[in-house]
Amino acid sequence: MRNDLILRVVARLLIPFILLFALYVQFHGDFGPGGGFQAGVILAAAVIFYALIYGLADARKVVPEPLVESMMAIGVLVYAGVGVAGLLLGGNYLDYFVLDHDPVHGQHRGIFWVEVGVAVTVSGVMLKIFYMFADRGKVDE
Amino acid sequence: MVAAVWILGRSRNLFVVVILSGVYSFLMATVLTAMDAVDVAMTEASVGAGISTVLLLGALFLCRSEEARPLHKPWLALGVSLAVGGLLVYGTLGLPEFSDPGAPIHRHVVPRYLNEMKTEVGVPNVVTAVLASYRGYDTLGETTVVFTAGAGVIALLRRRREGRKP
Amino acid sequence: MTGVAGAMTLGGHFTYFITVFLMMAGLFLVIARGNLIKKLVGLGIFQTSVYLLYIAPGKLVGGTAPILDPAYTVYSNPLPHVLILTAIVVGVATLALGLALVVRIREAYGSIEEDEIIAGGDDDDAAELEA
Repeated sequence: MRNDLILRVVARLLIPFILLFALYVQFHGDFGPGGGFQAGVILAAAVIFYALIYGLADARKVVPEPLVESMMAIGVLVYAGVGVAGLLLGGNYLDYFVLDHDPVHGQHRGIFWVEVGVAVTVSGVMLKIFYMFADRGKVDE
Repeated sequence: MVAAVWILGRSRNLFVVVILSGVYSFLMATVLTAMDAVDVAMTEASVGAGISTVLLLGALFLCRSEEARPLHKPWLALGVSLAVGGLLVYGTLGLPEFSDPGAPIHRHVVPRYLNEMKTEVGVPNVVTAVLASYRGYDTLGETTVVFTAGAGVIALLRRRREGRKP
Repeated sequence: MTGVAGAMTLGGHFTYFITVFLMMAGLFLVIARGNLIKKLVGLGIFQTSVYLLYIAPGKLVGGTAPILDPAYTVYSNPLPHVLILTAIVVGVATLALGLALVVRIREAYGSIEEDEIIAGGDDDDAAELEA
């Protein structure tokens, strides 16, 4: 019981920081190491941490399954959507130069949205795989 | 790292194997940082030492067994591994030395990326810029691969409500 | 190859030797061990050794991480970093799929040892022939 309490308190303190760090890695990926993949994995790790300490049912309430499944698909669609936006605005597929008034700003915008799409898909998939593995064990008992 | 892999190969307790694989990934991440590959090190640390270990532990929990004693000594496999290793070592002797600035890898495309990055893209992190902009198609394919893996795991592990066939 | 020249070449290729050793260790685990999870771990070791194979030649001693900054002029090569980043994520995707398959095999055959699975499969085939 005592160990349980320590774990719960430490988790409650750490999880906000892990989430914040995931966001930092995502958005600061342009200036330092980081980017979409790392941020997505750290985000999934934070939710997995929560599920390990507080139980799978609580984690399912916070991050429900339909949300995770739609996150998987939405990330890829965002990425492809940036490409289509390039097409609609007059350039090639996935051309970032035409996305804004200035080619360099267009690159910034394109890279930003692309990284967001990647992070959403990666975190969704990692979380979904964890949910599936954890779910399988229950009914086996 | 070599020691971790050696102990991993010899041990039969699968839990030890999984933990050692996590340790190995973490050590690999430190080596990668020493090689100035900071993005890769962060990804390897979080993915290799984090997610891989979690998934392996999850699968281990579902399978719940130890490795059985091997029936016969793996001499043929050992011989094949050593032979291939010898050939590879012989092949690598022709490769450029460690940290050789004249190696072909530094010649063709990379100077253009490094020099024109400021004017074309304006993002200081070269790896992110190359990944998202110069080689954006590859990243699109990779995101699709991740999505397909998730869909595959769903297809394999989904439960049917009406009970399972043996 | 004279002694001194041989030593210099040897020192310069040290990373390659480590890479090849790790690669062979992974390969050995995949082909020689019957346990499916150990095989997957061996495959993972093989993959990580390949990452080292790609990134080590890109490093320049005295260079720095490839993030543009006015204070530095020499950068390590960023191109392998990009390729390996993709490779790591694809590697974990295949690991997840492989583990899902292992779980299903365990449920279908009751064991994750290669020998027992093959023996179980032979029994099934023999039973089908008799029936």
